[in-house]
Amino acid sequence: MTEAAMPLWEVFIRARAGLSHRHAGSVHAPDAAMALLAARDTYTRRGEGLSIWVVPSAAIAASDPADKDSLFEPTASKAYRHPTFYEVPDEVGHM
Amino acid sequence: MYTQALNQKEAAAPATASEDAEAVARFEARVAAEDKIEPNDWMPEAYRRTLIRQISQHAHSEIIGMQPEGNWVTRAPSLRRKAALLAKVQDEGGHGLYLYAAAETLGVSREELSEQLLSGKAKYSSIFNYPTLTWADIGAIGWLVDGAAIMNQIPLCRTSYGPYARAMVRVCKEESFHQRQGYEIMLTLSRGTPEQKAMAQDALDRWWWPSLMMFGPPDGASQHTDTSMRWKIKRFTNDEIRQQFVDATVPQGHFLGLSFPDPALRLNEETGHWEFGVIDWSEFKAVLAGNGPCNRQRLRTRRQAHEGGAWVREAALAHAAKRRARKAAAPKLAAE
Repeated sequence: MTEAAMPLWEVFIRARAGLSHRHAGSVHAPDAAMALLAARDTYTRRGEGLSIWVVPSAAIAASDPADKDSLFEPTASKAYRHPTFYEVPDEVGHM
Repeated sequence: MYTQALNQKEAAAPATASEDAEAVARFEARVAAEDKIEPNDWMPEAYRRTLIRQISQHAHSEIIGMQPEGNWVTRAPSLRRKAALLAKVQDEGGHGLYLYAAAETLGVSREELSEQLLSGKAKYSSIFNYPTLTWADIGAIGWLVDGAAIMNQIPLCRTSYGPYARAMVRVCKEESFHQRQGYEIMLTLSRGTPEQKAMAQDALDRWWWPSLMMFGPPDGASQHTDTSMRWKIKRFTNDEIRQQFVDATVPQGHFLGLSFPDPALRLNEETGHWEFGVIDWSEFKAVLAGNGPCNRQRLRTRRQAHEGGAWVREAALAHAAKRRARKAAAPKLAAE
């Protein structure tokens, strides 16, 4: 029996107002409306959220983990981007 | 349930020889340093295969596990019990879905996974091939089967594969209610009429040994333990978790005023552990091989549900395709 593959959607949930949507998991559904329904049943059975986004998984562009070093390593050597890099005498107080 | 999946032989030997030894070493160093592995990271083929097998069999167990309890939804003794049981069965379905999604990040499709279950190629936990004969079985399942599952699953929240670990965190949070509602059922029956107490005792008698088998074969007979421990897929051996379960559960059973169907069960004062009798592994093997009391019924029911729903999936896809086509045609019309 060959059945057509059901599209995959990534689910993002806003737990409460003031927080951003956060990735919760994924669901299979034929379209966005049904993906929202499936996401609600699958990921919000205990008041986990007030808002859901569903995004076709195929629409996500992702960085390659193999490029991790060239993409993110340069920031490791830039300690001057952090406040603790700078000396402020104790007498000045909290800054 | 997961440990059972770990103890089945691979169809083909892992092809590690052809893999870059340096890449394997880097991978193992990452795992040893408690770094999590994420979907697109490089991983040895055997790690991928082990995880696909373990996660999908865990998912199948959740899906098949809906059946023994679903059997009692319409006959729950009160609305409170019925609402709780419905919620629990719905949770099991949800847990199956979290786990399928985690398995799919390893490059296997949902359709393939379903097919493996329906064709009988994939296994699921042996425990779900036992029948639920009385209402007390619902109590015993929550208390013992979910209790055993939680023992298995808590260490999995720290498993080395990120998507699996995240799914398990969610599952563990939700499972706690399952065990408590089961124990509450057992407590109510144990404090009820003599007939009700006898029903609770009968359920404990039937579910105790199968629950101990859920942790998989003894460590000496386990085939994948070493590699799985090194890769931090597994954090404790089968026997370690089984002992932990027995130590936690025996006092709970005594609190109920029930006895365990094991004359060898005794507290070792020195070690503080409850020692138990020999598990009948021939029964375990028979159930895994498909000859438990309900194997055929469980798969038949699952197949019927899948095939019965085929037209719905087909119609929903056709509807979505039609709407997409209309939407695509609309701007053209407007432009003309």
